[in-house]
Amino acid sequence: MILWAATDSLYSVLAKSMRSAQHCDFESARAKIKDHAYENATVASCSRMSIVTVQLGQCGNQIGQELFNVISNDSHSSRGQCPKTESEAYSICSQERFFSEGQNGAASARAVLVDMEPKVISHTISTAAKSGRWKYGDHSSFCQKQGSGNNWANGFCVHGPRHEENIMDLVRREVEKCDRLGGFFNMMSMAGGTGSGMGTYITQCLRDTYPHSFILNQVTWPYGTGEVIVQNYNSVLTLSHLYQSSDAILVHENDTVHKICAQLMNIKQISFKDVNKVIAHQLGSVLQPAYTEGVLEYNRNPLGDLMKSMVCHPEYKLLGLRNIPQMSETSLAYSVFTWPGLLKHLRQMLIANAKMEEGIDWQVRPPAGGLLPAEKGTHNKQLRFNTSLANLLILRGKDVQSADTGGFMDPALYTSWLPPGVASSTWRTPMSFNRYEKSATLVSNSQFLLKPLDGIVGKAWNMFASRAYVHQYTQFGISEEDFLDSFTALEQIIASYTHL
Amino acid sequence: MTQSIVVQVGQCGNQVGCRFWDLALREHASVNKKGIYDEALSSFFRNVDTRRSDGDNNDISGGKIRSLKARAVLIDMEEGVVNEILQGPLRDVFDSKQLITDVSGSGNNWAVGHKVYGSTYREEIVENLRKAAEHCDCLQCFFVIHSMGGGTGSGLGTFVLNVLEDEFPEVYRIVTSVYPSAEDDVITSPYNSVLAMRELTEHADCVLPIENQSLVDIVNKIKHMSHSGKLGAEIKQSSTIISGQGGVKGQEKPFDAMNNIVANMLLNLTSSARFEGSLNMDLNEITMNLVPFPNLHYLVSSLTPLYTLADVNVPSRRLDQMFSDAFSKDHQLIHSDPKHSLYLACALIVRGDVQVSDLRRNIERLKPSLPFVSWNQEGWKTGLCSVPPVGHSHSLLALANNTCVKPTFIELKDRFMKLYKKRAHLHHYLHVDGMEQSCFSEAFSSLSSLIEEYNQLDATKGLLMTDAQRLNIAV
Repeated sequence: MILWAATDSLYSVLAKSMRSAQHCDFESARAKIKDHAYENATVASCSRMSIVTVQLGQCGNQIGQELFNVISNDSHSSRGQCPKTESEAYSICSQERFFSEGQNGAASARAVLVDMEPKVISHTISTAAKSGRWKYGDHSSFCQKQGSGNNWANGFCVHGPRHEENIMDLVRREVEKCDRLGGFFNMMSMAGGTGSGMGTYITQCLRDTYPHSFILNQVTWPYGTGEVIVQNYNSVLTLSHLYQSSDAILVHENDTVHKICAQLMNIKQISFKDVNKVIAHQLGSVLQPAYTEGVLEYNRNPLGDLMKSMVCHPEYKLLGLRNIPQMSETSLAYSVFTWPGLLKHLRQMLIANAKMEEGIDWQVRPPAGGLLPAEKGTHNKQLRFNTSLANLLILRGKDVQSADTGGFMDPALYTSWLPPGVASSTWRTPMSFNRYEKSATLVSNSQFLLKPLDGIVGKAWNMFASRAYVHQYTQFGISEEDFLDSFTALEQIIASYTHL
Repeated sequence: MTQSIVVQVGQCGNQVGCRFWDLALREHASVNKKGIYDEALSSFFRNVDTRRSDGDNNDISGGKIRSLKARAVLIDMEEGVVNEILQGPLRDVFDSKQLITDVSGSGNNWAVGHKVYGSTYREEIVENLRKAAEHCDCLQCFFVIHSMGGGTGSGLGTFVLNVLEDEFPEVYRIVTSVYPSAEDDVITSPYNSVLAMRELTEHADCVLPIENQSLVDIVNKIKHMSHSGKLGAEIKQSSTIISGQGGVKGQEKPFDAMNNIVANMLLNLTSSARFEGSLNMDLNEITMNLVPFPNLHYLVSSLTPLYTLADVNVPSRRLDQMFSDAFSKDHQLIHSDPKHSLYLACALIVRGDVQVSDLRRNIERLKPSLPFVSWNQEGWKTGLCSVPPVGHSHSLLALANNTCVKPTFIELKDRFMKLYKKRAHLHHYLHVDGMEQSCFSEAFSSLSSLIEEYNQLDATKGLLMTDAQRLNIAV
């Protein structure tokens, strides 16, 4: 009991300090956490924390199903090069984190599925069951008959409140099955109506109901050329609201993943399934067990650790993901990877703001040491250099201990007001991940997403200037004032990231 | 899944509606081989056990198809057309309780349709609609089909529109309106049309205007193609969008070809809501994405391809040609030229075996030649339905919110003024209880404002619009 209280207070310290808008003495917050972490290092392994995943809308449900697939396959595959004890510890940790024991001992995903129309959820549930290895809980889903019509206001103002009780009930049941709740992982898109509008509302409910828990939102950004005409409005409303209730927003862009499928994986006719598999792979590489620095056991609370490393200030919550290598099965068979090679590519991808491991601009360099902060600003802009706030490397595979991540600790990569040495962290595990002998993931809180975000806000603002479609939103309860508030919030975020 | 109810009013409305139900049955029959009453069917049909005598409670959900009943309300103030339907091969599809008829017609007088019959039949109409709605699990949309130039379709049809808004405010109202051509033989059609226009602007969520002349042109084009005798150009007769072959009805009557086009348009519009696909587009998404301002909800539709070639050795119509055709003025269902006007928004509903990459490739290809309004440069809404229409491997319905409707409205306004200036035939209207001169002037000014809104948008066409200045944030 005391153990619970101690660990609980640890996280509420972090949570509180992260949410204070005015002063954020992240230095001392970090220090406090490091102390607590040391105290609790000897905690028994049964206090591992579980993550409850909430899949919202068509996108959230489709990607969620692929993610559980990846995780289930990953924790069951045998890895020749690792000792059995290692494999077992990995498996047990992963299983505890993502699955509960259903009836007949079958693994039941710790997930709640939400959508406003039935087709996608029933397809998701049946596809999962076919795997034979895991399934969704029998009473874990909630759906209605009529969708949200791509209308954020409909999702947020109407469907959200209307179905809040039922959905939170499902969440509560899932939480009760956890020994220790490590937090929530909400998956959604921001272009449509349900995932975006209702997803935002549910995130808020989670924050209100579980004030001390971590909430990580995985948000899929739509194709730039448009799938939905009002997608930019929906995006602006989603991001501005999520910033208030979510701890961090992990972003995937459809355009980027599409290019990865086309150019790196050589897929000819790309379907959404292909795109979702890539996203699931990237997410799995973050959420599966790993060792944080200086700890001898698989990380007990990945979400907490992630927040601690990545989100030290409430104004900076947008996280980008880069994972290499990514290639087709056939190419993989002929490729050999080294840690220095992978890390060199990843570092340059970070610096040059490359979306994937192709077409990296090797000309971009971090600024030389002697520049004053003001000069540094213009210097960066001219060279398209991507300034970071925090970076997390997650390395999985053979000889991982030998990987030298010093390149990421160079202060030149980071904003000048950050204490050096604090901004970069590395997690490792010798277990290989999802058929890649060596796999490196970079989670980055940097200017990665600045340009796409600015693009979305620009287009939405242009449309708003003419007030087109606004009546569709006011009809359901979102006023022009609400729009202006959202735009203001996002311009603030853009300004903050620009001046890193 | 949701349900929709079709409300067909007047002679034209009922004739088009009749073709719609015939072709809908044909489409579902070709897809639903096992005869199971599935969700797709339930969107427009009830499954009824006619052996049971307790009329209202005999709906069967799921299982084998027993007897399909259309979710429809048929209204006409003359008996001729409805009687014909009830004696024809579609008689079993309609429940006699779904009909509201009278004997003497509206005499091509909007006021008689709207005010006289409106008040007389209001209760019965509401009753009928309620019953139909009760049979629906989740009612999403009313489809109203009528013509603008006459008396019943135009007057009573728009009265029903008002009733729908009052009684079912949350259900969408999509109206298919047949506009009179310039050579219309009904003298008072401009009055009827303008009076009806006001109702459409104020009470409909979406209007799909259709012009008889455009339908005639398309019919002629297809007939010309089939009779051209060119080698290798023979058309599969059952595949044309004017053909009712394979449907329930045997003999084809004169207007059938034209009405089949409209019926096909409605089928394609609802295909993504009924059948599965990789990128579903529900009806509420159409009203959301295509209506940027409340009054500007007039959507120009076009259907391609018009036919499939019969000779299988001829390489099948190139997919890209299908996309190009959708934007040509020959394929529009009203007389208009969208390419040379301004697009506010555009939706593409693709059916059959077409992939996302094909869709995106064609949009990229066509975008440069299509003028879009400055604040909606990427104003495309797309849907992919995997079930193709009967006789085709793929098809495309394009819905454009485009200022090319303006000429139609301006012409209507001019023809109205020609009569109104002379006060011609006005007395027929003013005699009707509840009709006043102000009804005319208000309807006229509603139409003028609408035209003005389109004018203002047109004025921005071709201008290089600078991006709106962004908010300044203190750092």
